[in-house]
Amino acid sequence: MSEVLEHPSDRLLAAVRQLLTDKGVITREEIAERIRTTDSASSAQGARMVARAWLDPAYRARMLADGAKAAEELGIPMRGMPPLGVLEDTAGEHNLVVCTLCSCYPRAVLGYPPFWFKSAAYRARAVRDPRGLLREFGTELPQGVKLRVVDSTADYRWMVLPLRPAGTEGWSEEQLAAVVREGDMIGVTFPKVS
Amino acid sequence: MSALLSPGTKVRVRDDWPETRGPCHIRTPHYLRGAEGVVEKHLGAFPNPEDLAFARPAASLNLYHVRFVPKAIWPDAAGEALVVELYETWLEAAR
Amino acid sequence: MSTDSPLPDPATLPEAKPRAMHDMGGVSKFMCEAVDVEPHALSEFDREVDAIRGLLGAKKVMSVDELRRGIEAIPEPDYLRLTYYQRWIRSITDNMLAKGVFTEAELKAALEDTK
Repeated sequence: MSEVLEHPSDRLLAAVRQLLTDKGVITREEIAERIRTTDSASSAQGARMVARAWLDPAYRARMLADGAKAAEELGIPMRGMPPLGVLEDTAGEHNLVVCTLCSCYPRAVLGYPPFWFKSAAYRARAVRDPRGLLREFGTELPQGVKLRVVDSTADYRWMVLPLRPAGTEGWSEEQLAAVVREGDMIGVTFPKVS
Repeated sequence: MSALLSPGTKVRVRDDWPETRGPCHIRTPHYLRGAEGVVEKHLGAFPNPEDLAFARPAASLNLYHVRFVPKAIWPDAAGEALVVELYETWLEAAR
Repeated sequence: MSTDSPLPDPATLPEAKPRAMHDMGGVSKFMCEAVDVEPHALSEFDREVDAIRGLLGAKKVMSVDELRRGIEAIPEPDYLRLTYYQRWIRSITDNMLAKGVFTEAELKAALEDTK
């Protein structure tokens, strides 16, 4: 390992930016544009998919079969993105997503991965102590609900399709989407009606 | 690629440790080596990341969702199922 | 952990095998570590490193697999000390050197300019 890599990270970034732009590998404009597009992806995208699936059984079936196609149907850009798998919560089984090896996250539909998802504690505990982990998010699984943990190790990115909360009868798609947060689509929390 | 494994097939993850043989990049977590599980679903075929990581030509491999019992891996584990994406080269017939 | 029983002897667990340090699933030393569930805003540094990685991937200069391999090659004390995107810029730099996109001499000169 070259000692040159031990320089402070902000200096490494400045040097790499300088060299890659000098050599025409990338431009500063491309960097700025890329930041803008990445910033525009957020969990509001995934929340729209969840709300649509709660209202439209045909859409729900398409989403479970191919998450990326279902995202594109709602105008969410998926080009160049990994395949998106959708894990369906049922009355008897709840899904929780982790990436123990790095931090694979369904960024196209949820945006940047949150800090906790990337932490060693989350990565290590989700597979062995998932119930203890959920309690730290204030989540207690109802009695009798089985917990299915998905370790995202390879080419797919996974999102959870949670159960529709009680008390949302007759709600519009926009109202429903507003109660779905990023953690609900990873499985650390449930959508809540305040 | 070898013949497709159908859902329900019992498999064993190879008890292999390339980490001990030099630089490598593996997407099969250590905790599954030697573990037995059940194929849930075929997820498609993807180039082998163990080669992509070194910019080598990468063969296309079948990828499966395989289900394990957490308590069989860690005696104190909670959770009823643990499901992991695994490439065919890491799977062998369960004994 | 959720139970009152002590952790099993690590020597009997998968982690007793020669795992790589980034391969963290179920490793005992993290079991008593609380998860920081608070939101942390990304810095300009984080966003730019993320963007450069994305561009290098889109332009087929460096794959995400190569990025990961470079991260996994970071010695464990550094890996645990560095933030997520600090690991990334280190791996990106390592990969660019290995691929000859720029040389170590060029990098050293550019680092001097950043002083």
